[in-house]
Amino acid sequence: MKRYLRLLGVQLRASTTIALQYRVEFLGEGALALFWAFWSLVPLLVVFGHRPAVAGWSFEEALVVMGWFTLMKGVLEGAVNPSLTSVVEHIRKGTLDFVLLKPADAQFLVSTAKFEPWRVVDVLAGLAIFAVAFHRMGRLPAPTHVLAALTLLVCAAVTLYSLWILVVSAAFFVVKVDNLSFLFSSIFDAARWPVTVFRGAWRVVFTFVVPIALMTTYPALALLGRLDIRAAALAVVGAAAFGAFARVVWARSIGHYTSASS
Amino acid sequence: MLRTLRALPTMLRVGLAEAVAYRAEFLVWLLSTNMPLVMLALWSAVARDAPVGRFGQKDFVAYFLAALVVRLMTGAWVIWELNHEIREGTLAFRLLRPIHPLVAYACENVAAMPLRLALSLPVAAVLLFTMGGAHITHDPLLLALFPITVVGAWLITFLAMSIVGALAFYIDSAGSVFEIWMGLFGVFSGYLVPLELFPRWVTLLARALPFRYMLAFPVEMVIGMQSRALALAELSVQWLFVGVLGACALGVWRLGLRRFAAFGG
Repeated sequence: MKRYLRLLGVQLRASTTIALQYRVEFLGEGALALFWAFWSLVPLLVVFGHRPAVAGWSFEEALVVMGWFTLMKGVLEGAVNPSLTSVVEHIRKGTLDFVLLKPADAQFLVSTAKFEPWRVVDVLAGLAIFAVAFHRMGRLPAPTHVLAALTLLVCAAVTLYSLWILVVSAAFFVVKVDNLSFLFSSIFDAARWPVTVFRGAWRVVFTFVVPIALMTTYPALALLGRLDIRAAALAVVGAAAFGAFARVVWARSIGHYTSASS
Repeated sequence: MLRTLRALPTMLRVGLAEAVAYRAEFLVWLLSTNMPLVMLALWSAVARDAPVGRFGQKDFVAYFLAALVVRLMTGAWVIWELNHEIREGTLAFRLLRPIHPLVAYACENVAAMPLRLALSLPVAAVLLFTMGGAHITHDPLLLALFPITVVGAWLITFLAMSIVGALAFYIDSAGSVFEIWMGLFGVFSGYLVPLELFPRWVTLLARALPFRYMLAFPVEMVIGMQSRALALAELSVQWLFVGVLGACALGVWRLGLRRFAAFGG
């Protein structure tokens, strides 16, 4: 355990050093992340400029969902996406050999291979959006609600990561999956809206297929103190089960790795 | 010129064969154009009780389905190829051929159109039948002009991409510039929000920018939200943008090419 924590520290430091080498890009990407975080508020402002509430969500509450979306986007693109994209590259080129040879868990190594530190900007922007939303509501979230929201944040991150592991596992069989990542981010974009806005087929897709409800709407409800305890428990159990499932699939798929280059 | 024209059918055939060969990948790309459907769901929820401006629930359905069709038919991906080929130096191979690279790229992009049409026509059919024709313009002239507006929209998309892509001759992060372009596109083209629903000054500003003519203009015209006079005026503005961007693309390309060093090629 301690060894893996130290390993995580090493990997993080390496990513930060690499990122700092390209300082101009670092600043540029940070500025770009900031631009997107606030630019994506525009549709929200227009919608609520016409209506005081949509599908039972007031502007401030929808803003909290948007905050979670921005935050999760930072997690996705800063911690999950870059590593797993490089796994796909490894599988295609056959260089996954070098990772497999190392005396540590392969899933851990590939999942922590690369971080993009400037995505912290997204997390900060998400926190800023929370601050604005709660300032407008004129209250602070209760400590228990914050705790529940943090728990759900962990669940959301686990779910997101497990989904990604499943996508990467597919790469052992079909090789070309980089556009799947594009498809995934395009679907994830819908997570900026409270899931109750959607009906019918979309609702089913967003709850069960790509559980974006779990990633943004549930944590937002928890922070607002509107999530009932049963749903929260279900979310925790669901995320844990999903994580275990992804782990099993990964372990099986890696058996199919054939080291393409040789 | 004549030589280019003679080569066109072959290049289109090759492009189509490529699109068919990578059909699974192609399908995934198409599926990732799902934003209009998400916005459709959202705006329908907003308009459930009362219309927003001129838009009732059915108008939103018509608007975003039309937006989906136009978006699918005006797709271009030249910027990614340009970026890649300039950086890797493989552009050198294209320069050896006796055809302007921009024409070659355009052929590759256009050649995928039959496949795109095969996928977007069902959507158009659904649009026609569920709306009972009430949301398609009744003006035969505007209906006939619709394909021309789509071609214009595609040209603006393609040329803008070529210009931004050619920036890769000068800077490393042309991709970031394009991301900003896409951000502006999302708001000013009516892709996320019909332009009428913005405050008035944004609507007016959008008329002066190219984004509107890449999406909102063909869409609004075909679902009958524009009078004939206004549509004709906008059509001329659209093609004015095509001309200006075309000249810019050629100029930027010529200047940039002088700096091209075929690294590693």
